[in-house]
Amino acid sequence: MSVAKSLPHDSGPLHVSGEASYVDDIPTPANTLHLAFGLSAIARGRITEMDLTAVRSAPGVVLVMTAEDMPFANDASPSAHDEPILSDGTVHYVGQQIFLVAATSHHAARRAARRAKIIYAEEKPILTIEEALAANSRFEEGPRIWTKGEVDAALKSAPKRLQGRLEMGGQEHFYLESQAALVFPQDNGDVIVHSSTQHPTEIQHKVAETIGKPMNAVRVETRRMGGGFGGKESQGNALACACALVAARTGRPAKMRYDRDDDMTITGKRHDFRIDYDVAYDETGRVLAVDFAQYTRGGWALDLTIPVADRAMLHADNAYLLPAARITSHRLKTNTQSATAYRGFGGPQGIFGIERVMDHVAHALGMDPIKVRMVNYYKPMAAVRAGGAGDNTTPYGMEVRDSLAHEMTERLLASSDYAARKDAIAGWNARNPILKRGIGFSPVKFGISFTLTHLNQAGALVHVYQDGSIHLNHGGTEMGQGLFLKVAQVAAARFGVDVGRIKITATDTAKVPNTSATAASSGSDLNGMATLAACDAIRDRMAECLASLHQTTPDKVIFADDKVMVGAAEMDFSRAAMTCYQNRVGLSATGFYKTPDLSWDRIAGKGRPFFYFSYGAAITEVVIDTLTGENRILRADILHDVGASLNPAIDRGQVEGAYVQGAGWLTTEELVWDDKGRLRTHAPSTYKIPACSDRPEIFNVDLWDGENPEATIYRSKAVGEPPFNLGISAFLAISDAVASCGAAYPDLHGPATAERVLAAVKRVRA
Amino acid sequence: MTEITFLLNGETVRVAAEPTRTLLDWIREDRGLTGTKEGCNEGDCGACTVVVTDDLGVKALNSCILFLPQLHGKAVRTVEGFKGPNGEMHPVQQAMIDHHGSQCGFCTPGFISSMVAGHQQGRTDHDVVLAGNLCRCTGYAPIIRAAEAAEAAEAADSPSWIDDDSAEVAAAPLAFAPETEDELAAWVEANPEATLIAGATDVGLWVTKQMRDLKTVAFLNRCADLREIEIGASAIRIGAGVTMTKLRELLAVYHPSYAEMVRRYASEQVRNAATLGGNIANGSPIGDNPPALIALGATLHLRKGAVRRDLPIEDFFLDYGRQDREPGEYVSGVTIPKSAPALRVYKLSKRFDQDISAVLGAFNVTVESGTVATARIAFGGMAGIPKRAAHVEAALVGKSWTEATIEAAIAGFAKDFTPMTDMRGSAGYRLESAQNMLRRYFADLSGKPVNVLEVHA
Repeated sequence: MSVAKSLPHDSGPLHVSGEASYVDDIPTPANTLHLAFGLSAIARGRITEMDLTAVRSAPGVVLVMTAEDMPFANDASPSAHDEPILSDGTVHYVGQQIFLVAATSHHAARRAARRAKIIYAEEKPILTIEEALAANSRFEEGPRIWTKGEVDAALKSAPKRLQGRLEMGGQEHFYLESQAALVFPQDNGDVIVHSSTQHPTEIQHKVAETIGKPMNAVRVETRRMGGGFGGKESQGNALACACALVAARTGRPAKMRYDRDDDMTITGKRHDFRIDYDVAYDETGRVLAVDFAQYTRGGWALDLTIPVADRAMLHADNAYLLPAARITSHRLKTNTQSATAYRGFGGPQGIFGIERVMDHVAHALGMDPIKVRMVNYYKPMAAVRAGGAGDNTTPYGMEVRDSLAHEMTERLLASSDYAARKDAIAGWNARNPILKRGIGFSPVKFGISFTLTHLNQAGALVHVYQDGSIHLNHGGTEMGQGLFLKVAQVAAARFGVDVGRIKITATDTAKVPNTSATAASSGSDLNGMATLAACDAIRDRMAECLASLHQTTPDKVIFADDKVMVGAAEMDFSRAAMTCYQNRVGLSATGFYKTPDLSWDRIAGKGRPFFYFSYGAAITEVVIDTLTGENRILRADILHDVGASLNPAIDRGQVEGAYVQGAGWLTTEELVWDDKGRLRTHAPSTYKIPACSDRPEIFNVDLWDGENPEATIYRSKAVGEPPFNLGISAFLAISDAVASCGAAYPDLHGPATAERVLAAVKRVRA
Repeated sequence: MTEITFLLNGETVRVAAEPTRTLLDWIREDRGLTGTKEGCNEGDCGACTVVVTDDLGVKALNSCILFLPQLHGKAVRTVEGFKGPNGEMHPVQQAMIDHHGSQCGFCTPGFISSMVAGHQQGRTDHDVVLAGNLCRCTGYAPIIRAAEAAEAAEAADSPSWIDDDSAEVAAAPLAFAPETEDELAAWVEANPEATLIAGATDVGLWVTKQMRDLKTVAFLNRCADLREIEIGASAIRIGAGVTMTKLRELLAVYHPSYAEMVRRYASEQVRNAATLGGNIANGSPIGDNPPALIALGATLHLRKGAVRRDLPIEDFFLDYGRQDREPGEYVSGVTIPKSAPALRVYKLSKRFDQDISAVLGAFNVTVESGTVATARIAFGGMAGIPKRAAHVEAALVGKSWTEATIEAAIAGFAKDFTPMTDMRGSAGYRLESAQNMLRRYFADLSGKPVNVLEVHA
């Protein structure tokens, strides 16, 4: 069968030869216009004068547009209609789009955009969490609060109690392909849009609004993205809409791609958070109650801040059964880029909060941090399913029925030789006054499903042609994660054919409508099941036809090994397809899937928002320099649960890549804004994602050999986001190395740059 | 417009181009070779990497900050040019497929180019070869597995189709690319306002990011005598046009700590283009070579027309953005001592590889009979110019080389430097880590482990 096989990425041969096509590689007619935005230079205020004469007269400029030139909607927002594509006269952050230039080349447009003369009436921007709280600048009327148990009573009567605060920075996606869109005008003012997007339907919806047409006038196609990571869930809207606007106005194709610095200046990033915690615990390390206050900067527009902040609350427990918990979430509005989706979608921030609590409790008790964690884990799947295990519910009232935390931790402790290494590190540290090593552990339990329940649906379209070749299309998008291949493996398995028979095709809103973003790690769960439904519909019709021709019953028709066995007869799949065609069998079908058993009340914070949980655990060893704070990952051991993997090689690649990206978030990746609200780290020269030598020198990654107890596609589990959280173990290892320098708690904040590590060393030694 | 000639994927091309048109724009827009990608347009991500062969050998370069005249007389291979005549994959291409080394694929052509160049050179230091290629998907592990697998395949499968001979290109001299120092000196004197372009790893960004119009330019990479290295009895004269790659090879023999810093200086692609002279002449307070050269007591050689002038290199840096260089004068070279066993160069940056230093400290203290005889200590990132730590040096010279002396000298840093706060580090952190570098230096010379890069699990 084609599933569970480690097939290489279907586009691998194209990637390595430069033949894989991205939006900016699509051949364009000579009259194509190239677009650039003019950007605001201040963080908050009003435009009092705008002189675009020099822009209009710049070489190559064909058209300059402002908000007044937009005949229909002027909005790029995926949620609240609060994100004008071109400024309405007010300015809300440095980098906001004010006007649009269309020119004969990319460089001509960019050069022209710089020639604008804009005068602003500047206002004092709200930049920080503290400033937003002081100004009560929020997205909802007040904080969202979810509670389980008697938190205040538990805190008051606690045998032990501690408080702390954890700050963590945001994160730039740094997809290697910056945002891009290309629009070709069609008859009747319709458009075809090529967009580097995780969400073609949203692009279709926003473009339709922009050009004043119904959605059926807009076709969006996405073959692949050069990385997404959440950054292309909503951030591509402005480009596609701008191109459509210009194409509609001029009748010429229009293309826009952000220069890297523009991309980083304009687009949203991961939400940064401050988490305050108050914890009741006992001398065994058992946490009795936690009171979390989560504060996040959502930036200037709503975008996806509400579901991101919700997911941070939903992961404030991570893998731990909290008898009592209160989670208060403040979604703050600031004059910065509108923070957006980023791999984990708030989950990593919530998880980092409780991992900090576990670490802090372990330090206070002088206990091994892994022991403290194991004391607090949710009860194992077997115990819960056997019944009578007592409370095993999350702070939002969902029973955890699939926890693998204990088993996976125990196996990882053994395979990584944790106990012996921990002793060896202590010995090494005693001998070395300047360099110190540390070891850290973190588990993950990650909830799988969109928390906006209606998004948990998908469609697929499958054709079998008369020559036996198969055309596959579904609503998921390919951003490198191998989704197209995994779903093709599902299709091949259903027809019993080699995966080479399946033509993987670009995501296309004209083939499968009303798709959800490829996000929330849901791509293969949703699209795999929709594809299964489509394939089975065709296969059942073929079986019925072939059975009747061979005077047998459909259950005697077997599709396997690229053949079809009909009772005693056997034929090539191609022959079977031709036979069915000639017997007038419909060889095309759509498939549809919706995730079962979800119910969720986000205001009350109660229900079953997730179909299941994915698990993982990591142990990281680091070394730090106590003179400069420089730090480095030496080794990482990871065990991760993907259920019964559809493609172990692809899944392993997701785990490795996610870990390094997660470790980057909490080590070298630092976003710095100045006091005028200008992002100072807007290029790879100043914003440092992990480079090749930053990966762990020893990097052991294993997949847990289980299967999903829920009926997912071939019992696999989602993999995109969960392993990102394992990077937290690198941060904890650094904190452990710092802790070896003295008695105090390091109180380290993320990212653990060399500067922060040095400051923590001083704190611990003070 | 000047006509430039080079080999592109084995075929001779003649291009009439603006002197500051980049190779990346030209191959993508004019030639339709879209395999090479634009990731950052500033030489920091490597997505645009191509392979260039000239009389000095095969190298990887960032095509986004490579101006077309720099390629005159050379051979360029893009990702479209790595397959064999019958479509057979290069060993690194096949290994990248087999080892799942690509996910989104956008960085992949750049990785393939760097790996092909490394493969041609027989390199096995993959982390160094690939330090200038960023990948956001894979976490690099499968890419390194592929590089190692291709390494094993090398002997049997090194493909001949990839060999380029730049001698095949008949390249006429260009008016604005002098071939000798005498020509250069005359040209610079006659064009004192011109921009001199050596590797274009900095000037390239003036064009791609600042969108400056450079007006008059000269390209220095065809000036052979500017690339000379003369090794004398006690000193080495290094031409200003020596690339950082060649400098690293030289320093590995004579000044290993400085060479190790250069290993972390930018990336393979940038070091293959960037020159020592460029790093000095642009006068940046965060250039990594000047502090090391100051600690070595290097002499800078300047030339204006026929007039040559020497000065201690620290005297070249007058103030932020201002150097002791007259109009029409240029940096010709630098002379360093052949031996300085106590030289240590410490680079501190957010990321180890391919990052601009927050602080760069260079120490060269000689101790005779337990007493400090001489001290040359210089820093980058601590002032508006690369600068000596005069008070610290004075607190050391004549004192016994002990921890107590070091601790007493620490106070000198605050007198010598008032660093600034920026995205690379706060003023306080810069000062403190500079102070701690002196402590590190003491421990380092006494043989204690001080380098996290030398610790392994």
